[in-house]
Amino acid sequence: MSEIAIQNIIKPENLVYQKSRLMTEKPLSYCPGCGHGTAHRLIMEVIDELGKENDTIGVAPVGCSVLAYEFMDIDMQEAAHGRAPALATAIKRLWPDKVVFTYQGDGDLAAIGTAETIHACNRGEKIVIVFVNNGIYGMTGGQMAPTTLEGMKTSTSPYGRDVALMGNPLKITELVAQLPGTYYVTRQSVHNPGAVRKAKKAIKKAFQNQIDNAPGLSFIEIVSNCNSGWKMTPVDANNWMVDNMFPYYPIGDIKVDGELIK
Amino acid sequence: MGELRLMKGNEALAEAMIRAGADGYFGYPITPQSEVIEYLTAAKPHESTGMVVLQAESEVASINMLYGGGATGKKVCTSSSSPGISLMQEGLSYIAGAEIPVVVVNVVRGGPGLGDIQPSQSDYFQSTKGGGHGDYRLIVLAPSSVQEMSDFVPIAFDLAFKYRNPVMIQSDGAIGQMMEKVELFEPIPRLTDKQVKDLYPWATNGKPKGGQRRIMTSLDLDPARLERHNHHLQEKYHTIDENEVRFEEFNCEDADYVIVAYGSSARISQKALQLLRAKGIKVGLLRPITLWPYPTKKIQELVKQGVKGFLSVEMSAGQMVEDVKLAVNGKVKVEFFGRVGGIIPSPEEVVDALEHKLIGE
Amino acid sequence: MTEEIIIAGFGGQGVLSMGKILAYSGIMQNQEVSWMPSYGPEMRGGTANVTVIVSDERISSPILRAYDTAIILNQQSMDKFESTVKPGGTLLYDPNGISKHPTRKDINIYKVEGAKKAAEMGNTKIFNMIVLGAYLKVKPIVKMENVVKGIKKSLPERHHRLLPLNEEAVNQGTQIVEAVNII
Repeated sequence: MSEIAIQNIIKPENLVYQKSRLMTEKPLSYCPGCGHGTAHRLIMEVIDELGKENDTIGVAPVGCSVLAYEFMDIDMQEAAHGRAPALATAIKRLWPDKVVFTYQGDGDLAAIGTAETIHACNRGEKIVIVFVNNGIYGMTGGQMAPTTLEGMKTSTSPYGRDVALMGNPLKITELVAQLPGTYYVTRQSVHNPGAVRKAKKAIKKAFQNQIDNAPGLSFIEIVSNCNSGWKMTPVDANNWMVDNMFPYYPIGDIKVDGELIK
Repeated sequence: MGELRLMKGNEALAEAMIRAGADGYFGYPITPQSEVIEYLTAAKPHESTGMVVLQAESEVASINMLYGGGATGKKVCTSSSSPGISLMQEGLSYIAGAEIPVVVVNVVRGGPGLGDIQPSQSDYFQSTKGGGHGDYRLIVLAPSSVQEMSDFVPIAFDLAFKYRNPVMIQSDGAIGQMMEKVELFEPIPRLTDKQVKDLYPWATNGKPKGGQRRIMTSLDLDPARLERHNHHLQEKYHTIDENEVRFEEFNCEDADYVIVAYGSSARISQKALQLLRAKGIKVGLLRPITLWPYPTKKIQELVKQGVKGFLSVEMSAGQMVEDVKLAVNGKVKVEFFGRVGGIIPSPEEVVDALEHKLIGE
Repeated sequence: MTEEIIIAGFGGQGVLSMGKILAYSGIMQNQEVSWMPSYGPEMRGGTANVTVIVSDERISSPILRAYDTAIILNQQSMDKFESTVKPGGTLLYDPNGISKHPTRKDINIYKVEGAKKAAEMGNTKIFNMIVLGAYLKVKPIVKMENVVKGIKKSLPERHHRLLPLNEEAVNQGTQIVEAVNII
């Protein structure tokens, strides 16, 4: 590449990508190919773009993203497993002018924290919940999650999830969409540039709802891969996700402005 | 003189939460303390002081609401009774680890398990020795009257914020349900958001402009750092132990024998003391007000002063007696008398126990 | 002065509110008071009782096994509490519904036909105030003017039109109490 070409590339007007301003300098601890880093970045970009850096409180879960607070350069709280919506409820009630969100995985939100999730949604807490669903417990080494698909092998369903024994994969997002307290419910993914753009739009809509004091909770599921837990290469994991996860967890809006999408 | 009212302990507690300038109460109904949330929802403090009152979906949620709210620097509290407090132990451990000021009230009932709804003191171990996992301490205040159900609320908040530590008010069903005359303290205004931000720079309520973000967590995956954090906590507990012991004593100056009792048991023992003194037996009463930190030094002074024996009177199978024994360290006789299962000992039973167990045949 | 009282009867007879009015009357004349109810399943439809202490001094135990006075309004309570009156103490009861009358000779026993009087006055709800009147005739531990204040404090404002009726009931009680056994 010629010297001139390089000079052109580093000109600010030609900049196409950079570390988001509200991501800390700490290197992400996620596995290469994991969707968490992208999801973190999108939330931080949205908060930055909405000018809410100094008015946002985030709540991190227990799970792979337990250290989310290390990467997000805003005030953060670390919740006990499953309890993030309870923390967020109190923060928002006590500081109604602040922007409050939780960031939770499938085990945190849809297993141990189901009660907190359902009731925060049902009360219509004016918060944002970002729910990353990769169908497995990543941090603890690949055990079955509430969202693990039928037949999917994990370390606690080594012969595949047998729904007769282990229950069915839980579509918690469809479930919370039924509650009058949710205002915006959507399912997104971050596995290719187009999906990332759509996911960011959805995240921005969710936060904008909260800033506009919309009457209810905004809930964003991000279907993601876990290439380590699924024991696949990142590319194979994304392909497997498209072929297997998306049919069961279809991407798109489920409820917009308080109305279910038919 | 403040306003005089005839109130149940639970009602006085609820009124005191409003008057103490609490920002939020998050709770779940359970007998024998449901009057607390009933009083608060009826009083509508949201319209007067701006205090938030929310019925949570469980005690697990309410303690975690305290984590979230307390971590923003707001004054938050909850109340429950024994089974509900057991559910809160996870949250209390996290709150202690993250050093979040909160106030939790336990109106103790008989256990174990569902037990019954009658008054008990069988949660002493739980509140003073841990309860949840990890090396931590709660500051525990034990009221013994309706007046103290009110008075201890602002004290609990002050201690919680002074030390960034969870504080428990450990009452029981008798004090919660009984009515007494109570003089209500003058209302303390709630802090403004700006005051909260200025007073508590550690609080996570929005990163300061041009400043550093704050993190409220009990997690540290680096063992060396976590050890340092634990040492810091232990130093804090040591400071609390040195400075915050509270107790009340009755007729201990010339006592040959001392009854040690807190809460309802102390009230009953006070009557027993009168009966024993009438018989010419020189008995004193030491009432720990803080169950942790414990008045260990006071007990040691009483031993030096020449007290021949101690009787720990509890509505439990013998929990606080262990702390009395630790303080006495074998120097004189320590005996225990208690009733369990929600039965309140009578003053006559205490008299009998002191005469037969402590003084002997 | 310290007066330790147990009031016991059926739930719905106004046992707890009688105790509350007595306690409030004590507060009105700067005395220390405690009101300790039995609570829990036995509250619901079964027997109810409350221990009330009125004293010039700080009250020690709010829970007792022996009382200066027992006010007894049903048979179960008679069975349970007759024996708990201190020797030389007082037992006041309404004979309506009592099959086994008190037999102790070492205490003062009085009866008041409260239920009957309340029916005559056309309002069964003032039964407890008639009994309170009878008690205060026997043991004038609080001044009548403070009882009136106590009733006012205990009644919700929407019921304040009933104040004269309640006062009258207390007066009636003072007039119809009868001595059964005087030591």
